[in-house]
Amino acid sequence: MAEKSQGAPAKGQKTGAHTEADGGHHGGGFPPFESSTFASQLVSLAIAFVALYLIVSRIALPRVGGVIDARQNAIEGDLAAAQKLKDESAAALKAYEADLASARSRAQAIGAETREKLNAASEAERKTLEDQLSAKLAQAEKTIAATRETAMSNVRGIAADAAGAIVQRLTGVLPDGGALNSAVDASLKG
Amino acid sequence: MKIDPIHQFNIEPLFTIGHIGNQTIAFTNSSLYMFIAVALTAVLMLGGGRQLVPGRFQSVAEISYEFVASTIRSTAGSEGMKFFPLIFTLFMFICVSNLVGIIPYTFTISSHIIVTAALAFLVFFTVLFYGLYKNGLKFFKIFVPSGVPIYILPLVMFIEILSFFLRPVSHSVRLFANMLAGHIALKVFAGFVAMLGVSLGAVGWIGGILPLALTVALTALELLVAFLQAYVFAILTCIYLNDAIHPGH
Repeated sequence: MAEKSQGAPAKGQKTGAHTEADGGHHGGGFPPFESSTFASQLVSLAIAFVALYLIVSRIALPRVGGVIDARQNAIEGDLAAAQKLKDESAAALKAYEADLASARSRAQAIGAETREKLNAASEAERKTLEDQLSAKLAQAEKTIAATRETAMSNVRGIAADAAGAIVQRLTGVLPDGGALNSAVDASLKG
Repeated sequence: MKIDPIHQFNIEPLFTIGHIGNQTIAFTNSSLYMFIAVALTAVLMLGGGRQLVPGRFQSVAEISYEFVASTIRSTAGSEGMKFFPLIFTLFMFICVSNLVGIIPYTFTISSHIIVTAALAFLVFFTVLFYGLYKNGLKFFKIFVPSGVPIYILPLVMFIEILSFFLRPVSHSVRLFANMLAGHIALKVFAGFVAMLGVSLGAVGWIGGILPLALTVALTALELLVAFLQAYVFAILTCIYLNDAIHPGH
């Protein structure tokens, strides 16, 4: 006691007083084993614990649990939505690729068909043209032959006229037509 | 200067509430710290926001929730979740009051055997009554482990029954003794610092460095113990409740 009041007078005094008072009440025992304080502690503990239990079970846990559940649901919902969108985009991609493939094959088919058609048309045109040309060639050949024939028959007449004129100039006498013709024929043959 | 490591455990009545029989019921320093623990837990659990993306405050509440919930699920299964409020209350009450008790000049509720014993008996009777209510006489199968040869079964049963009824003792003394011993050790080492400084002067100031460092280290250890003992109390509660829910071993 003396030492205490020497070290920190006011506080030491107070502590000393308490210790003395406690000692007087409880026989100076070890505080946790002083049974006279048990009732007070149990009453306080019961009130405090029940209060905390009610706060926790009625308000705090439903609230925090609700927030956690809401978050869980939000995350799951977002993931499901993302998965759905991903599936949709994959399906769209597949459909697009299928469309592209079918369009490509159709384009190839159309191209091949068009090429065939054009080939056939040009072939037919060539054929008609050839036919026309060969018909024209034959016509021309025929015309040439006829012209030659005509020309050849004209040559005899001209030759007979020329021979008659020559004879008239040389002799002064117009020769007989029959004799002239036979002479020209003989000459042409000869 | 005298070291008085026991003084910190004194119960000091602040005012009298009433009388039961010839017992005076007082509002003591212990009562005050019980309500401080209740208030701090309430603020911790209700003060955070309710955002989809939690802030720090809200995270603490959610981590506490998830921590206790996963402890129950892993030890007592999903059926144990009906005791979630009880175990959560026990855990938070002990953890918060232990942590508050480390602050100098505060009082540690769980350094009193009557408090830890009351909590342990609460768990004990919850296990006993729920076990009998849910399973009827099958509850007593917890005393008969399966696969034990018949000739040593009486001995094993005796040990099982004894250990069952000693549970509240070990459950309460573990918490009480840990907190008591930790706070005494802290006080003793902290007292050395002051004692050396006062009695030996300059040499004492230098000599006080070692116990000061030890006090700091012990405070860190006590922080761990404060949390750990609350966790141990909660997980033992889960294990005991698991017996009530699933009596067959």
